[in-house]
Parts: sequence; structure tokens; C-alpha cells
Amino acid sequence: MNYDHILIRYGEMALKGKNIKQFIIKLQENIQQKIKHFEGVKVKRTQGRMFVLLNGNEPEPIIEKLKNVFGIHSLSIAIRVENTEEQIKEGALYALKREANAKTFKVTVKRISKDFPIPSQQMNQILGGHLLANTNDITVNVHEPDVEVRVEIRKEATYITSGTIRCRGGLPVGTSGKSLLLLSGGIDSPVAGFLAMKRGVQLEAIHFHSPPFTSERAKQKVLDLTQTLTKYGKSIKVHIVPFTKLQQEIFREMPNDYAMTIMRRMMFRISERICEQEEILSLTTGENLGQVASQTMQSMHTINEVTNYPIIRPLISMDKQEVIEVSQEIGTYETSIQPYEDCCTIFVPKSPKTKPKREKVNYYESHHDFTPTMEETINGIETVKITDKTVIDQSFKDLL
Amino acid sequence: MIYLDNSATTQPKEEVIQSFQLASSQFFANPSSIHPLGGRVEKLLRTAKQQAAETLGVRSEEIIFTSGGTEGNNTAIKGIALEHGQRGKHIITTEAEHPSIYDTCTSLENLGYRITFLPVDENGLVSVKQVEEAIEPDTILITMMYVNNEIGAIQPIEAIGTMLKKHPKVFFHVDAVQALGKVPLKLTGSGIDLCTFSGHKIHGLKGTGMLFVEKTTTLFPLMHGGNQEYGVRSGTENVAGAVSFVKALRLVMEQYKQNIQHLTHLNEVLRKGLSELKDIVIHSSSNGAPHIINFSVLGVKPEVMIHTLSEKEIYISTKSACSSKELDESRILIACGKSREEAISGLRVSFSYDNTVAEVELFLKELHNAIKQYKEALG
Repeated sequence: MNYDHILIRYGEMALKGKNIKQFIIKLQENIQQKIKHFEGVKVKRTQGRMFVLLNGNEPEPIIEKLKNVFGIHSLSIAIRVENTEEQIKEGALYALKREANAKTFKVTVKRISKDFPIPSQQMNQILGGHLLANTNDITVNVHEPDVEVRVEIRKEATYITSGTIRCRGGLPVGTSGKSLLLLSGGIDSPVAGFLAMKRGVQLEAIHFHSPPFTSERAKQKVLDLTQTLTKYGKSIKVHIVPFTKLQQEIFREMPNDYAMTIMRRMMFRISERICEQEEILSLTTGENLGQVASQTMQSMHTINEVTNYPIIRPLISMDKQEVIEVSQEIGTYETSIQPYEDCCTIFVPKSPKTKPKREKVNYYESHHDFTPTMEETINGIETVKITDKTVIDQSFKDLL
Repeated sequence: MIYLDNSATTQPKEEVIQSFQLASSQFFANPSSIHPLGGRVEKLLRTAKQQAAETLGVRSEEIIFTSGGTEGNNTAIKGIALEHGQRGKHIITTEAEHPSIYDTCTSLENLGYRITFLPVDENGLVSVKQVEEAIEPDTILITMMYVNNEIGAIQPIEAIGTMLKKHPKVFFHVDAVQALGKVPLKLTGSGIDLCTFSGHKIHGLKGTGMLFVEKTTTLFPLMHGGNQEYGVRSGTENVAGAVSFVKALRLVMEQYKQNIQHLTHLNEVLRKGLSELKDIVIHSSSNGAPHIINFSVLGVKPEVMIHTLSEKEIYISTKSACSSKELDESRILIACGKSREEAISGLRVSFSYDNTVAEVELFLKELHNAIKQYKEALG
């Protein structure tokens, strides 16, 4: 006896109306994409459920991948047996014994196919008795069991599951349109990207790079962070903006205390251009309220003036510690804390305005025409596509 | 030359040496240096770690590169003991351990820890029940080897790991040095919190190895310093060593997948041949790891056998290489309940995937001749 498939449940998605089919098909696609390198594995849809047929593969590595697919609420490994009393008994015992921690259990039989001669209630008793007789130190508790052995007798076969593994929930990536993530390399922005993806958003990313003041490693760090994010969704395009010249011009031409605010406005303007080009309808940032000078209400008000694109700010109300916890959990923390300067940390005014005003910024900006440099900057954007496959650098190939 | 001492060390593969050489000469910068050269080296190291993680089905951050098995075992055992000693001071291990576990545990006794050395049966095995019964409220660690280095016994690691899910506060450390690439190994979801590997047992280089540390497991570091390897093992990383280890790991796992029957076959040929010779007792169980067979030639001093065979350029060993200079009996064989005569005369043959049936047959023939020669000389 062996586990031969994984049963997938989707939570929130099931609440959708007529368009539910689109969500389910997207989820199936995303799952297929994530586990395609396991040989012979198939993803099937049936009424209200999805199955991954293991075809001889070990379930654990596949579960590890599935856990990160948004849209899956929970999953269970299951056994498929023939519709005979003996087979079902054997399967139920196998499923129960796998749960080493369990002290109490209950059996729930659902007889979906009435061709099976024994009614559900009677089958419950038969299986309960069989499990008690063949195990030690484990008793029945129908109200709060440690493990519920679920038996579904369907027309074609009987499916038996025990434990349930909670997954991330959310909506399948790609069902909520695209957003452009402003990715700095710090702790916050990757977490913001992750949370946006959880709501079904497909990401592209934009990074402002200031060579030679910021290093290749800072850029690599952003590409590595993007790669980690692809674990939770699809491949992600990263637009790398050569920001040095424009940044220098801002700091040269604008009053020092307003330079940071104006720099942020430029970032939004450039981001919006990428959105137009790539048909993206929103921006996502790691902004939080009250964390740094650019994240006060007044700052956001002033910076936001230059775009009318919706800005998704998933971290807006989170504590720093909460953000750190998520970043550790999703695997971006270790990369984020690598200590390389980025464009936001090298040009820092001594005392940035924490309460900048729209009128003043507009007044300062009107004194200098940034257009030529801005156009030059946009023309210099380099775009890299990052996939979830670990691409081994060619020069490392002989080494590993 | 017929080399049958692969549990002591294996011959490094050409590709592994090349990888070491290339990494040493071209990627020599310090991975912590901030300049681009350092960046390249850091990236190489990270890629190596990722590849190792993928090969073993774990996370990158769960891998610590070490100098080998002894360091891995020390880091794990002392690391858990010192970090979690507040919670309890009881450690469980077995009587059949390699000195790097056995002596590490003994050393902790001086610091106030209590060690339970579980007895093993005639095949060198502990049972899940024994382990569970030994657990006390202040037990913090269970540490044992997966495959015994002298006799090849395979401990029921998977079953112990499953049982331990009922005791979530007890850490489980497994020394998989002799198991890697020879028997099935599953780390994720197995209940194993720490697992030791060594490079030179898998055709890598001496001084290389790896410790798996499950992500929620915290250790007191043996070495403090620059916080390399997540602070668990400070000191500038041995990048070339790590990279060459990962290469060896990949190669041995490929061989395991494609060729494990070959080892099993060699084992069968040797067993059959030995059972046809007179005065030989095989100590290794046929359920053990395929690459290790331990036996005694009754009435013949083992050292004599080794030297006689060496003249024909056939290399085997007595018990484990790490302790073969000691004159006494094998602690492992005694633990398995063997007589003293058997315990002082154990010989070990250990295979790699590169050994052939012809080599095994030649070995059997020369062993037979050597025994005959010895007995004739003694009259």
C-alpha cells in the first residue's frame, strides 16, 4: 500500500461565482508549472477538487512545491483503493498509522457512489473497529480527534486521506492582473511583492541602480531576491534603471532637503512609463507608514502626486518585526540583509523633509528641465527575465 | 591495485580535484570582500550551496559547510548540548558509535551531562522501542550513526525519526557519513534535525564536509568569529573545498540512482565467496549496507592478513581506520556481543562503485592463499 496522489482543496476561490472556472484553470496551470520536472506527475480536476497523481514519485518534495502555490488552501496525501471492504480497511489503517503523533482518531465515511453495498454509518463502525483492533494506545474521539481518517467511496474507486497540510491560501497568481514592484534590495519590498502575489497578482519588478556608487552585487542581490519570489509564482521580469545621472542631477539642482522627495517622484514617473510599455495597471511598494522620512503621510501625499496609478502598499500597517518574520519565512531575509549600498542609501540628504509640500516641490521642479536626462535614463533600462529554475552561471559549470 | 578500503577513504575523482584546483586558482578572493572579485566567489559559494540543497531536497539555509565528519558530529552534539543545556542535560546514543560521537558524548559527561549508551543487538542495531524507552523528561538529544562504519549495520533512522515526532523537544542528530550515496536518505519531514556528511568518503577531498541543520534548530557555535555560515561556523569559507564537495555529492548521488545494484551484487559475490572458505565468520548482517562487510578469519591475526594481501596490492582494513592503531579489540564488535577472539580479528572490506566483480574474485582467491600460507607456516 502506498500514497499515490495528493488531494488539493481551494478555500476562498470556491466562493467565486460564474468566473470560478477561470480561477481553477489558472490554479491548475500554476501547479503544473511548479511540478513539471517530476516525471509522470499529473494534475487532474474533478468536481470541486484537484488531484496530483504521483505515479511513483515521493509525495514530500512535491508537497514542498505545492505549499508555495497561492490558491491552494490545504492538501492531503491520499490512497486510492478498490471498492472492497478489505481494501478500504487496509487503506484506512495505513493512513492512520502514518500519523505518528495521533492519540485519538475518528473515521468519516462518505459514500458518494451508492453502488457500494454497505451504508456510510455501518462502514464507519466497521472501519473504527478495525483500526482499534490493529493499533495500540489510540482511541476514538469523534469531537476533537487528533486525526480524522476520511474515506470517500466514489464510483471509480475509494479515496482515503488522513492528515491535512495547511497551505498559503490566497488566489492563483495571474488572476488579478499585473503590478510593477519597486524592488530596492531591502527587507520590505520583497515582502510587499510576496503579499501582492498572494492576492493573485503577477509581478514585474523595477530596480534603480546607481553604478559606480552601487555595486554589481547590489544588482545581483535584487536578481536573487526576484528569484526567491518566483518560487511563489511565475517568472518575473526585472527592469533595471541606470539611475546615477538623474540622481546626481537632482541632488545638484534641487534643494538638499527636498532632493529625496523629488527622487521618489522621479522613480514613480519612470515606473509609470514602464507600466505603460508593459501594460501594467498598478505599482506595488514596500512603503510603510511612519518608518522613514519618505513614509510619512505628507511625504506620500507629495510623492503620490505624480502618478494616478493605484499603488498597492501591502505593508502599510505592519510592524517592522512582522515584516522581518515574513521575510524570514519566505526566504528573502538572508539575501536582504547583505550589506550593499543601494540607490536610496548612497544619496541621503542630511535632513530630509519629513513633511514636504506639493506646492513647494512643484515650484522647485519647475526650475529645472529633467526631461533629457529622464529620457536618457529610460532608454538605458535593461530588462532581465528571472525564472524559478536555478540558472547556474556558465563559468561555474565545470566546478559543480 | 585492488582498493577495498573505501570506508576509510575513497580515491578522489578526477573531476573533483579539477573543481578544487579551478576554484582555488580562479575564485581565490575572500567571499566576504565587498569588491566584485569577492562577489563572484560569494556567488559561487551560494550556488554550490543551492545545488547541494537541491540534491538533498533541503533548503540552502539548512546547509553548513564543515571540514568533515568529525567536525560535523562535534558541531551538532556540542552545539545542541551547550545551546539547550538549560532545558536538560540528558543525551542518548549507542554503544556502537564512531569515536567522533562516542568520545564527544563522553567529553560532555565532564560538563555535567548524562549520557545513555544504548546496547545494540548482534547485528549492531538498536530498536525504536529501546530509544523511546530511554527518553527522559530532560533528554535533549539523540545522536547516532545511520550506517555503522565497521560492520555496515543500518540503524532504523526513519522509524526513530517518526517516533520522535511524538517528542518534539528532543533533537535528532544522524551521522550519515557512511550512508551517503549508499542507502536511501530523506531529510525533509524525516524528524532528523541534524545530519553529518563527509567529502572523502564519497570520492571528495579530505577536509571537506557538510552538516544539515534543520531551519528551526539552533546551535551554540564551536567557533566564533566573522559570522560565516550563519554564525554556526565562523572562519573564512573553504570555498574550493565546499565546491569540490558539492561536485562529489552530485556525482555520488547520480551513481546511487543508476548503479546501486552494482554494490549489492559485489556484496553478494563476496559473501558467497567468504562462506565457501573455512574458518571465516561474517559479522555483517545481510540486511546491512551493501558496501561494508566485516569478517574474522579465526586463528589468524588480522594484521598478518592485511600485510600478506598488501604484498599483492590488495588493500583492506581492520575495524575502522580511525582507531586501527589501537591494539585492543573492536568496541563495535564487542557491543554486538562477539567473543574477544572475534573482536580482535575483525577485517573490513568496503567497496566503492568503481570496484569490479573480477577484483572481488581475485581478492577471494588471494585471501584463500594467504590463509593457507599462514596455516602452513604455523604447521
